[in-house]
Amino acid sequence: MKFRTRAIHVGNEPDPVTGAVVRPIHMAATYVQPGAGDWGRFDYSRSGNPTREAFETTLASLESGCGALGFASGMAAIHCVTMLLEPGDHILAGADIYGGSYRLFNRIVNRAGIEVTLAPSSDLDAFEAAIRPSTRLVWIESPGNPLMSITDIAACAELAHRHGALLGVDSTFATPVLTRPLELGADVVMHSATKYLGGHSDVLGGALTVKDPELNERLHFIQNATGAVMAPFEAFLCSRGMKTLELRVREQSRTAASLAGWLAGDRRVTRVLYPGLPDHPGHKIAARQMDGAFGAMLAFDVAGDFAAAKRVAENTRLFQLAVSLGAVESLIEQPAAMSHASYDRHDRLAHGITDGLIRLSVGLESPEDLLEDLDQALGNTS
Amino acid sequence: MTNEPSAPLPDRPAPKPSTLAVHAGEDRQKPGYSITDPIFCTATYTFADTQAVIDFVQQKLPREEYARYGNPTEKVAQRKLAALEGGEAALLFSSGMAAIACLLQAKLRAGDEIILFDQCYHRTREFCSKHLGKFGVLTHLVPTGDYEQMEAAVTPNTRLLVSESPTNPHLSVVDLQRFVAIGSKHGIETVIDATLATPYNTRPLEVGVDYVVHSCTKYLGGHNDLLSGVVIGSEEKLEPIRKLRGVIGAINGPHTIHLLLRGLKTFELRMQRHNENGLAVARFLDQHPRVEKVYYPGLPSHPYYEVAGRTMRGYGGLLTFQLAGADWRRTAAVVDAVRIPRIGPSLGGVESLIEQPIVMSYHDFTPQEKRALGIADNMIRLSCGIEDKEDLIADLAQALDKEK
Repeated sequence: MKFRTRAIHVGNEPDPVTGAVVRPIHMAATYVQPGAGDWGRFDYSRSGNPTREAFETTLASLESGCGALGFASGMAAIHCVTMLLEPGDHILAGADIYGGSYRLFNRIVNRAGIEVTLAPSSDLDAFEAAIRPSTRLVWIESPGNPLMSITDIAACAELAHRHGALLGVDSTFATPVLTRPLELGADVVMHSATKYLGGHSDVLGGALTVKDPELNERLHFIQNATGAVMAPFEAFLCSRGMKTLELRVREQSRTAASLAGWLAGDRRVTRVLYPGLPDHPGHKIAARQMDGAFGAMLAFDVAGDFAAAKRVAENTRLFQLAVSLGAVESLIEQPAAMSHASYDRHDRLAHGITDGLIRLSVGLESPEDLLEDLDQALGNTS
Repeated sequence: MTNEPSAPLPDRPAPKPSTLAVHAGEDRQKPGYSITDPIFCTATYTFADTQAVIDFVQQKLPREEYARYGNPTEKVAQRKLAALEGGEAALLFSSGMAAIACLLQAKLRAGDEIILFDQCYHRTREFCSKHLGKFGVLTHLVPTGDYEQMEAAVTPNTRLLVSESPTNPHLSVVDLQRFVAIGSKHGIETVIDATLATPYNTRPLEVGVDYVVHSCTKYLGGHNDLLSGVVIGSEEKLEPIRKLRGVIGAINGPHTIHLLLRGLKTFELRMQRHNENGLAVARFLDQHPRVEKVYYPGLPSHPYYEVAGRTMRGYGGLLTFQLAGADWRRTAAVVDAVRIPRIGPSLGGVESLIEQPIVMSYHDFTPQEKRALGIADNMIRLSCGIEDKEDLIADLAQALDKEK
């Protein structure tokens, strides 16, 4: 079956008891057992829940994995991966990663005696130079956040495995519609299900998908022991969201591509970061690694200073001023003032996060309406 | 109380359907600054003091009172549905049948007459002839698409002309202009149940229809996981229906409204896919040697192809077909052999559904009744979901090849 058909049916077989075409939401915390010491399919909802399992089964199919695990948030999912490590181990992470992952690595995981280095994963030589004998986990995002850098996932998998490390990919921006990292050699794929998988800005969730059953078992052991599981109602909403995942991602990507092209030709904009543009440094890799589209996230620099960009972000009518991304509603944010405000200005600029940078999460509204909105908001800059 | 508060969308330029689906009816700033509307699980609403109660009952203060009369999230969903349909106001109900039943009961009294095209949903027919009949309302059924007979059935007591478009399961399409013209000429209000068309494919209010009814359970909710219905029309015409709804209480629960709103966000995308899949599957079946006849308004062989081309933007995901030389058992064998569509009633969701009307919706009709209604033994109804159309066609092909 094709991707779109699997997104609707795999894991969503009708309820065997009632025939309900949409399976019931199992809110149960615990399950009655056949006998003392005689365990049924489910025992306690931290260890497993039928509604969460349905979400996990669908996602594993979409990512070409052997299994998946649903978490309370994207951060809970990535935290579970870091708990595979031991004191003395080293994490090599890409430089263009989500600030929350950076905070987890540098403020929480490092307390357990695990070292972390950030290096640009889009420059493979520089990235490999940062590998140590103790490196056990290589962590990348593609496209990166917020600069939309593209990392060659297959090359990173080869590199990580050559040095005896696992490759983990935060594939939240790409979604399994556009990139399936397990097929490219990655060991773990992580999603903030809050974004495209849920897709409607109304759930918090995270997920891990793997292709090795033994690794799946180790991660499940950690998840069960630490307990940051996805709740049943959230799992139901994520499963419901995934039924329209391909439609949404392809439509939103089409709109993002047309907005990127328009912005690139506008004199009020000095730089557009979108992997679908031919002059993007990662365009060739993205064209190979992403399935027919380049995603619905893009960033651009407004001509002028911090205040000019702030005015643009505050003057849109359809784009709403908020962090998060990946949903049907279009969002706009100014990284220097919002998602990356905690950075020292010097470090922020060194990372390429300029004062005039604007990040867009393109939603499902009509491209014409979004273009009109950006045009009028940019008009206010002059 | 009307559906007026702060629409977030600029009036000009007029927003496109996908933008309306995402934003229409919603306040730009929501409670708690949430990006989505909260679910109000509350049975009642409190007042600060007696003066606030007095202000409210004297209609000085637009607000909620008791959940049977309204819910803030319900108002958002109603505004969104009205915007998509191009109507002034909308009223939500616990099911499509609750919507049409409340409309009819609010508008009719003993001695009144209504005229229905005969292909309308069998439960609507049942409600009119059996239930309204007990209260002294006379129902006339005329052949679908026969406008002369419809007009000939008009009497001084006729109050409503009612039809579905397209009809189920024959997919007959009403020429809305001719339908409305009869109503206008005789001063009779018109009702169209446009569940199968949706506002993406047809907008009956623009042609002059007075009331549009939908079972939101189908394409509007879109995920086979809720029951809901809606009536859309002018504020003034809906007012008596709103009052009756407040009395009988056939309302949606707050969780259902949240799922409906959530489903509406992807409404345009889903409809584009349903239209595409419906047409592709209809064309496949139309050229298949085992298929005798396909009912789909997008096929040139369909008797309403010309009317549909004029009045519809696309033709939806529902189609009906008949197998050549098959009795009911051999027809059932094809239904049983498909793997992707599930066997079940209902339609319009992301999952494809299949059924044989003779054993499902019409199982308790006599052979004479079935013949009169055009329900044949070899008839299969298929609601195409939004799966990949190649998967659906391959599945039907194997089922038709296997059960020869």
